[in-house]
Amino acid sequence: MIIIRLLYQTVALAIAQVWANKVRAILTTLGIIIAVWAVITTGAAMQGFRGFILNQFSVFGANQLWIFPRMPPDQRDRFSFRQIRITMKEIDLIDDYCESIALITPIMQINSSVQHGDRVRPVVNITAVRPSWHEIEQRFVTIGRPIMQSDEDEALQVCLVNAKGIEELALPSDPSGTSILVEGRRFLVVGVVESKSVSPVFGGDEAQTEVIIPFRTGQKMRSDPRIYATAATVRPDLFEDAKAEVRAVLRRERKLNPDDPDTFGIEAIQQVIQTVQRVTTAMTGILIGVVGVALVVGGVGIMNIMLVSVSERTREIGLRKAMGARPEVILLQFLVEAIVLCLIGCMVGMAVAGALVFAARSIDHEFTRALMVPMWAVTLSVGFSIATGVIFGMFPAIKAARLNPIDALRHE
Amino acid sequence: MTDLVDISTSTADTRPLGSRSNLEYTANPIAIEVRAAHKNYKMGADIVRALRGVDLVVRRNEFVAIMGSSGSGKSTLMNILGCLDRPTEGSYLLAGKPTHIATAAQLARIRNEEIGFVFQSFELLPRETALSNVMLPLLYSRKHWLGARRLATKALERVGLGNRMDHRPNQLSGGQRQRVAIARALVNQPSILLADEPTGNLDSKTSEEIIALFQELHDQGQTIVIVTHEENVAGNARRIVRLRDGQILSDHPTNEDPVHTDYVRRAIVLSGGVLPAIVSAAALDKTGAAQ
Repeated sequence: MIIIRLLYQTVALAIAQVWANKVRAILTTLGIIIAVWAVITTGAAMQGFRGFILNQFSVFGANQLWIFPRMPPDQRDRFSFRQIRITMKEIDLIDDYCESIALITPIMQINSSVQHGDRVRPVVNITAVRPSWHEIEQRFVTIGRPIMQSDEDEALQVCLVNAKGIEELALPSDPSGTSILVEGRRFLVVGVVESKSVSPVFGGDEAQTEVIIPFRTGQKMRSDPRIYATAATVRPDLFEDAKAEVRAVLRRERKLNPDDPDTFGIEAIQQVIQTVQRVTTAMTGILIGVVGVALVVGGVGIMNIMLVSVSERTREIGLRKAMGARPEVILLQFLVEAIVLCLIGCMVGMAVAGALVFAARSIDHEFTRALMVPMWAVTLSVGFSIATGVIFGMFPAIKAARLNPIDALRHE
Repeated sequence: MTDLVDISTSTADTRPLGSRSNLEYTANPIAIEVRAAHKNYKMGADIVRALRGVDLVVRRNEFVAIMGSSGSGKSTLMNILGCLDRPTEGSYLLAGKPTHIATAAQLARIRNEEIGFVFQSFELLPRETALSNVMLPLLYSRKHWLGARRLATKALERVGLGNRMDHRPNQLSGGQRQRVAIARALVNQPSILLADEPTGNLDSKTSEEIIALFQELHDQGQTIVIVTHEENVAGNARRIVRLRDGQILSDHPTNEDPVHTDYVRRAIVLSGGVLPAIVSAAALDKTGAAQ
């Protein structure tokens, strides 16, 4: 009970003491304020960055996997680019033998001119895909119908366009049934595909005309196609299994020796997410280091002002001792005062940083919208502030506790 | 003025110096018992012998003044009596508790529970109200914590400041501040009230009031030890102990102290045959007779 009462009194006393020297307290805690401000703002920025990146990836679907040709370094004399291309046979093998892969589609990118009436777009991105592409890419139609298996089987000259395409080619708002010319071939527009919201981070301009056609139709347009594949795993956490299975199938099919490098690449969206998380974790480590330095600087300020406080209040310390305060009680009093000082700095820092984050959030941008003060930053700030108070307040507090009451009372 | 060397021999009292309680208190239990106390300080290479074998017995309800010029050792004795310091040699029992062998923490507790300090410059916390100032010793006390406010209020009422409890020291006069300090000293019901030049910073009118308050407390049974160099203040005590060079020079009931009676006689002569108000009533009977 005596401890609780003493603690309560001590905290009240410390707050009163700090309140009596407001300006001094704020100046003293500037180091702490800056350190806490740094923790909170960079914490929020990191949280925002992570949220932003993950948000970017989420448009692909969390279980997406890419399979593409990749020339191993320093192996150009062994393999030709033609040799390492992904073939249709390989895609069928992956589809048949990889249990962790739910869906797969080859993708062929063609740049070609597109014409509607007297509107001509000389370079448009034509993407040839199988019907499973809709599911894998999570891009469905808003009007009309998607690419269907019958389109693929018959290699029909049908296509989907996106909203930007409707605008650029001056198509009717429901373009189903309209015909457009792609490389001089007549394609029937059967639907409107959802626009892909890819940010400039991935080099995607959100407003680009896209035309989606069945894969086999695309094959007829290019005899020597460069293709890659995207697949969807059964579950997002199966990406490692899926990668291992695809790798085994491709290596066997390509007859690579055990010590040969892969002539293809497999990337999983989950892996990218994990990389982002690792990067932010590393950044957190650096941040903690920087903040540690800032807190040491702040802590020296605290120690300085506490030493001043002890020498200013020597008579008061003498009086308290004469009144029966034990050395530990005096120690506690000054230690609590240092901690209170640090916590006030911490709160000011958090308030400044919080206001900043709040202000930034009001700016309407994909990045600022994801800004958020993370709980760990707050906990870290409070914890570090208390630790700074204890560490740097200890020496002045010990000095106060050791004062001889007779000398202290006589101090001028 | 009577020669100082003569005063210790000019009395018929054969009891040893330092234990000559007024006869009316000899039946009371002992509050302070200092035996052969020595105190040495190191000052650079020299050793200063501030106390050289002091014996002092003060019984409960006594009102003692300790006098001496600067360097006589009265401050050192005061510090030891107040348990702020321990004698280098010798013993000191306060209310039966041996303080010369107590640890720092035990001394702190004895200071808290057995001693009420009154200082020359009051030593009030400037930002706290009178009530909070009086509650200060209770903050460090093991007992009385539930009724701290009530006890402090009572103590302030006892010194006549019941209507100034929420005033800060800078809103109070010097005399009122010293009253707050006295209330603070009394709040823990100490065995002894220890006052170090309690009127040193006050004008003569206010000094009278404070002295009167001490008298009142004495009448209520409080044991009081005052350290002073003012003869008129000392005259209000019932016993005067004079120190010189770290030893007790004389120890008399006030009305038998030759220096004091001499002082009173001179004061009366100087004021034209009237006893000045500041000079105590305690000295009156003897000096009256002496006239």
